[in-house]
Amino acid sequence: MGEHIVDNYEVHVCMGTAGVASGGTEVMEAFRKAFEDAGLPAEVKERNCKVKATGCRGLCARDVLVDIYIPGKEPVTYEHVTAEMVPTIVQEHVVGGEVVAKWAAKKDYYEFYEHQKRYVLKDCGKVDPDSIDDYIAHGGYEAIKKVLKEMTPEQVIEEVKKSGLRGRGGGGFPTGLKWTFCRNSPGDLKYLICNADEGDPGAFMDRSIIEGNPHDVIEGMLIAAYAIGCKEGYIYCRAEYPLAIQRVKRALKVAEERGFLGKNILGTDFEFHLHLKEGAGAFVCGEETALMASIEGERGMPRSRPPFPAVKGLWGKPSNVNNVETFANLPMIILNGADWYASIGTEKSKGTKIFALSGKVKSTGLIEVPMGITVRQLIFEVGGGIPKKRKFKAVQLGGPSGGCLPESLLDTPIDYDSLIAAGAMMGSGGVVVMDETNCMVNVAHFFLTFTQRESCGKCIPCRIGTKTMLDILARITKGQGREGDIELLESLAQDIKVSSLCGLGQTAPNPVLTTIRYFRHEYEAHIKEKRCPGRECTELVKFEVQEDACKKCGICFKVCPVNAITWEKGKVAYIDKSKCVKCRECIVNCPFNAID
Amino acid sequence: MSEKTLETQENQEELVQEIDLAGVDDVCAKYIGKKGAIIPVLQQVQEHYGYLSKEMIERIGENLNVSPHQLYGVLTFYAQFYTTPRGKYVIRVCRGTACHVKGSGRISEVVKEEFGISNGETSGDLKFTLEEVSCIGACGMAPVIMINDKTYGNLTPENARAIFREYANKEE
Repeated sequence: MGEHIVDNYEVHVCMGTAGVASGGTEVMEAFRKAFEDAGLPAEVKERNCKVKATGCRGLCARDVLVDIYIPGKEPVTYEHVTAEMVPTIVQEHVVGGEVVAKWAAKKDYYEFYEHQKRYVLKDCGKVDPDSIDDYIAHGGYEAIKKVLKEMTPEQVIEEVKKSGLRGRGGGGFPTGLKWTFCRNSPGDLKYLICNADEGDPGAFMDRSIIEGNPHDVIEGMLIAAYAIGCKEGYIYCRAEYPLAIQRVKRALKVAEERGFLGKNILGTDFEFHLHLKEGAGAFVCGEETALMASIEGERGMPRSRPPFPAVKGLWGKPSNVNNVETFANLPMIILNGADWYASIGTEKSKGTKIFALSGKVKSTGLIEVPMGITVRQLIFEVGGGIPKKRKFKAVQLGGPSGGCLPESLLDTPIDYDSLIAAGAMMGSGGVVVMDETNCMVNVAHFFLTFTQRESCGKCIPCRIGTKTMLDILARITKGQGREGDIELLESLAQDIKVSSLCGLGQTAPNPVLTTIRYFRHEYEAHIKEKRCPGRECTELVKFEVQEDACKKCGICFKVCPVNAITWEKGKVAYIDKSKCVKCRECIVNCPFNAID
Repeated sequence: MSEKTLETQENQEELVQEIDLAGVDDVCAKYIGKKGAIIPVLQQVQEHYGYLSKEMIERIGENLNVSPHQLYGVLTFYAQFYTTPRGKYVIRVCRGTACHVKGSGRISEVVKEEFGISNGETSGDLKFTLEEVSCIGACGMAPVIMINDKTYGNLTPENARAIFREYANKEE
């Protein structure tokens, strides 16, 4: 290293929700302290050692993740960093130039990214979400400059249409077409709304985009506002995302100060005012008409359509609602061109999609892949497969509106149309993997509990229909299922699907229908044999060790929290039912499925 | 609201000292004449006092010139609003899909074992409130809870218990 070169050492600390939860704040502080430490040799002290907070880079299971950038060397990533590890990393790596191999990310960390195409998330994990200058340094706000200087609104819409971008909120409606409806509505005042009310359990990509790169969403909204002709906009964000709200607030304030929002944007006569609205905790507010009712300060209940929001939306004015991820796709479509964008993905589903991979899979986190990748690749190549050598049983795609797919459909390509054909849907992109210790009836019951609780109650099919279905499912999981229940569930499901007012009710039966379609034998086992194959419905589990299956390994004995299990080396374990609290720790941990 | 809820509310309000409603007026002053004000006002009043009492709601109505009925209509629709005092530490147990699959039900049971409260209840000493919430959005580290604004992930019944005890032993 030359002695007179002053260049930058950078330390990036993941400060997404998971990063902060794993102690990111303490890690940042420890690095700052370490760099102020008088004991550092002059060649490090004189350099500009920057500690930077970044957003989520996707592999939340390994947080706190830290990247060390030293000029002229390959960047190094450390996993599971704690404040205690920081002095060692600084001394050995930053000062001594030797990577601390035992903590550095191994091959599997890089494999997680290998199969991905990170375009939307390109800068998540690299950009400091609280710094507009950092965003600009990464090419931020270039797209809106290009739009304002070189393109008419019609040309922007044409470009978006040509790109083939479809709504990322789950429905998959062509974005450019949606914009046309709103643009062609008469009226001077139009609203643009960003739907950041990501309520699907099992999805967190919108949160990560906003937390990781809020200016990207603002820029996308600027492009849309210019194309449609909106002077005013709202970001409607879930109140459950305090960090996202804090970062959006800051980003809005700075963007306005720097002339990217407000009047005369970038010296043109384009005007756009953007506000943040905090949701108040209602899943149905993700439905666009309910969302608008909520912004107006009403109960968040959907309205019947037509009139569509593009004609009569917020405060009765033409409005256009898009999802966070949809907006985040726009800057690169403008900068790289529609043809480039349309070259990614499949014939009818263009671009990439971000999935939130969770459940029984090794690498949980956020994944961005080209449309058309198969479910199998997603789970086994990107996600690393199922932990504990368990067998894959099912995967739930698209949240409570989606469906469960079995092993036989693992080669289904992930695009809007193939998923619908299989009975699931893209939904928001939540992917929850289940293994043989999960019960499909229980999963259906879980999702319906959620949709039934979140039903706004305005229309009868959804309000009463989901409740009736839930009661039947509850009975089945308790071992009180009756002959004919499955058929009754199917017919109720059909009625609710066709007669509900909004998407919540229309899709609520999907998890039940797909689990019946692909796992009917599990329903039958519950009803006819009063047995739960996944051993999750505790009222049907005997909590007995099957002697012929037990390999006498003692794992169950070690994990039982109430010492209800007796075991000696070389002997079959025994569960004392008077002590057992049915927590299922033994079932989940037994590698041989020996407990029934 | 049922008779019973009103009764518990009165009991708990004895624990809460006389409330000065000036804070309500301060919040409302920022929103008078603005459209769509109801939810932000309710949110900010609740942030100030921790919950929304009957008196606060009436006062908001006077300020914004809307009937208490309308306010109750809105606040009972959303999960975020509370009409009874809440604990100093609000434990939010995530019941999202990933957490469910990884056994979040047990975490709620641990809260019940430790503090004797079920979903939506507040302990008698006003220290803890348990809330089972839909997805917190940190599925990569399921099962997850939040205590006030701090998120804890990768929980087991045992390490969750340790966290709860740590809070229980915190000095006031």
